[in-house]
Amino acid sequence: MSVADRSMGIGLKALRGLAGWEVIDRAGLRKPVERLIYESSKNGFRTAATAGRTFSATTKLGKPARQAKPSAPKLFDLEPDDEQQMLQEAFGDFAAEQLRPIAQDADAACAAPPELLAQTNELGAAMLGVPEQLGGAMTERSAVTAVLVTEKLAHGDMGLAAAILAPGAVSTAISLWGDADQQARYLPPFTEDEAPAAALAVLEPRVLFDPFELSSTAVRSGDGFALNGVKSLVPRVVDAELFVVAAQVEGEGPALFILESATEGLSVEPEPAMGVRAAATGRLVLEDVTVGAEALLGGASREVYSECIQRGRIAWAALALGTARAVLDYVIPYVNERQAFGEPISHRQAVAFTVSDIAIELEGMKLTTYRAASRADQGKSFAKEAAIARQLVVEKGMQIGSSGVQLLGGHGYVKEYPVERWYRDLRSAGVMEGALLV
Amino acid sequence: MINLEIPSKFKPLVGQAHQVATEIFRPISRKYDLAEHEYPKELDALAALLDGMEDAAAGTGAGAAGVRRSEASNGDGGTRNGSNLSTVLGVMELCWGDVGLLLTMPRQGLGNSAIASVADEEQAARYAGKWAGMAITEPEAGSDSAAIRTTAELDGDEYVLNGEKIYVTSGERADMLVVWATLDRSQGRAAIKSFVVHRDNPGLKLDRLEHKLGIRASDTAAFILNDCRVPKEDLLGSPDIDTKKSFSGAMQTFDNTRPLVAAMAVGVARACIEETEKHLAAAGVEVDYDRPAASQSAAAAELLDLQANFEAARLLTMQAAWMADNSKPNSVQASLSKAKAGRSATDIALRCVKLCGSLGLAESELLEKWARDVKILDLFEGTQQIQQLIIARQLLGKSSSELK
Repeated sequence: MSVADRSMGIGLKALRGLAGWEVIDRAGLRKPVERLIYESSKNGFRTAATAGRTFSATTKLGKPARQAKPSAPKLFDLEPDDEQQMLQEAFGDFAAEQLRPIAQDADAACAAPPELLAQTNELGAAMLGVPEQLGGAMTERSAVTAVLVTEKLAHGDMGLAAAILAPGAVSTAISLWGDADQQARYLPPFTEDEAPAAALAVLEPRVLFDPFELSSTAVRSGDGFALNGVKSLVPRVVDAELFVVAAQVEGEGPALFILESATEGLSVEPEPAMGVRAAATGRLVLEDVTVGAEALLGGASREVYSECIQRGRIAWAALALGTARAVLDYVIPYVNERQAFGEPISHRQAVAFTVSDIAIELEGMKLTTYRAASRADQGKSFAKEAAIARQLVVEKGMQIGSSGVQLLGGHGYVKEYPVERWYRDLRSAGVMEGALLV
Repeated sequence: MINLEIPSKFKPLVGQAHQVATEIFRPISRKYDLAEHEYPKELDALAALLDGMEDAAAGTGAGAAGVRRSEASNGDGGTRNGSNLSTVLGVMELCWGDVGLLLTMPRQGLGNSAIASVADEEQAARYAGKWAGMAITEPEAGSDSAAIRTTAELDGDEYVLNGEKIYVTSGERADMLVVWATLDRSQGRAAIKSFVVHRDNPGLKLDRLEHKLGIRASDTAAFILNDCRVPKEDLLGSPDIDTKKSFSGAMQTFDNTRPLVAAMAVGVARACIEETEKHLAAAGVEVDYDRPAASQSAAAAELLDLQANFEAARLLTMQAAWMADNSKPNSVQASLSKAKAGRSATDIALRCVKLCGSLGLAESELLEKWARDVKILDLFEGTQQIQQLIIARQLLGKSSSELK
């Protein structure tokens, strides 16, 4: 059965149908002011991580299940295949009709509506990376497909896209690097309707953060590890039932650990930020968290950890592509309609050239991101390509966000228009590490 | 399936071009930078070799004529990697060697690209094997090529051309020029046509050669056309003045040649970056692609930024060529590639000089030469600003009278 057929079978068909529905109920987000008061009173008060479910293996795997890699292409080609085009269309419609209309409210509330997250669970957003053998949808694992889907979701809204995709980072990490026991224990729930909220926590609250020199530590004790540290801007941290956390193994280097939210010593606190607010970011605090050796993901291998960081950077680049494209699509009609000095402002070179520059740099960002993802799919090294894509997001992505506001002038600065949110989100995309994977 | 690697079928061609750049161009780079207006005779043998390469690899040529659009598709509905892509890849390698020398490669002029783009089959065959320069610019008309004043008047079986042309690349060395002239100034751009004028035409007089900032190996000539008689079969494209099609015939050339100029910029930029990487590595500075730029030395962080802009320019150039190979309209993408590559390559070259300090400035190395050479690539075949106008007009749906 083809990827498209299987995907259609498990919810994408529903997704395409949903796109035609009226905007989902916004009731839970109607009172941003009250939510703000609530959040700020909550902010600073640390709470225990959500009690969460108990994960236990329902199937036994002899060896870890991995998705196949796509066959290596022979020719230079920028055309997505039929299945990718189908997904682009479905996720594009979904983003336009379900995400964009609620983006401003979700940003103000620092939360994605639970109904929306439940819907996207049904659609299988968390399971794109889960092997077919464990109930996943895709026989082939494709970072390019993940980039194309992420880009479309972010065109609707970056914060909501991050909230939707965050659990997928955990399922993808366990699919790619988990052993048979870890996979059997943790992956099947991601293919169910009630998939767990989950998050990959890499970033830490410090300047000059370097994911390869972490402040969070994992000290070997007995058969397992004792973990301490603080992770920053973790998406959906309050609700997450499962974490993959990066910590420095003493004397060995950075590594990834699977932590269930009910584990003693884990606490969470909301940490609203400049951008990506709908992802309900927060801190995850580890205080003498004791875990067994089975919590270690990918055997503390440097290659695994590097790959994780690089895939995260590609994911953030993909989000930035979607948001930067939203800026371009928005400013074109705006500068054509806005009149000044008796004609549309688009008749002025200073305005028109700013639009050209957005297009030029956006296209460069897109191609470098696609190349990094396609090299990942081909099993080629992609550290340099991911770093390059990220560098362009940091510089050009932010420039696009700033130009968007500039082109709208005063209108760009007020929340009646979406460009100020894109400005904040595009700054975030160049700072975030981990949290999402392709 | 999305793949942005250089296809393996072009690797031999890229390898050969790189060898030419290393073995032939680089060793004589400085010599012809210093000896401006002297013909690089080393290139004659090379040109013959390149002709052979093109004939052997029919359809995957590395030369200026490689931009001719093919009507044939793959047949299987899959993507096509053809002569547009192989040409930009070849040009990137050769310009990694020396862009000035590439510009003066016999039979590889921009006029050859113009002929390949708009000539009919009979003309293409008739001009095969000739070297053609491109004569558009006039003292009073640069970017505004619709304002050219050179006139062409039909007299029996001949057109009579009168006017002045400047900045003709390879003007002195080429066998013929593609000269832009108007059939009727009152009818605007629709009346502008291109004509093939042979260099030995008695009505065509070489006025002078320019002294330039860079690309000094390539001659840049000024001509005066005085009752210059051209057989009417040497008019490229249709002789009719069709106001609906306006400029498209002549401008089609640019959709095909802009990615070539972008490729030249990419080649020079890579030379600069590689040279700078080498010097910085000797000083103990290397980019660590895992670590954030802000945690590395300023020089390493800057190098990463140069590489990132280079890569964006390179992929944009490959995209524009790939679209041409697949018969997709690429006017916007051609300008995206030219705009990005032109400005990034200039920026890269100048920042490399800065990073390398005295080694960047001194004539003992080639960096300073590349930083002078590269600036032309943000000027000719449409300046940075012209590319931005083209892009903006298309995105915003504006005419040239609305967005001036």
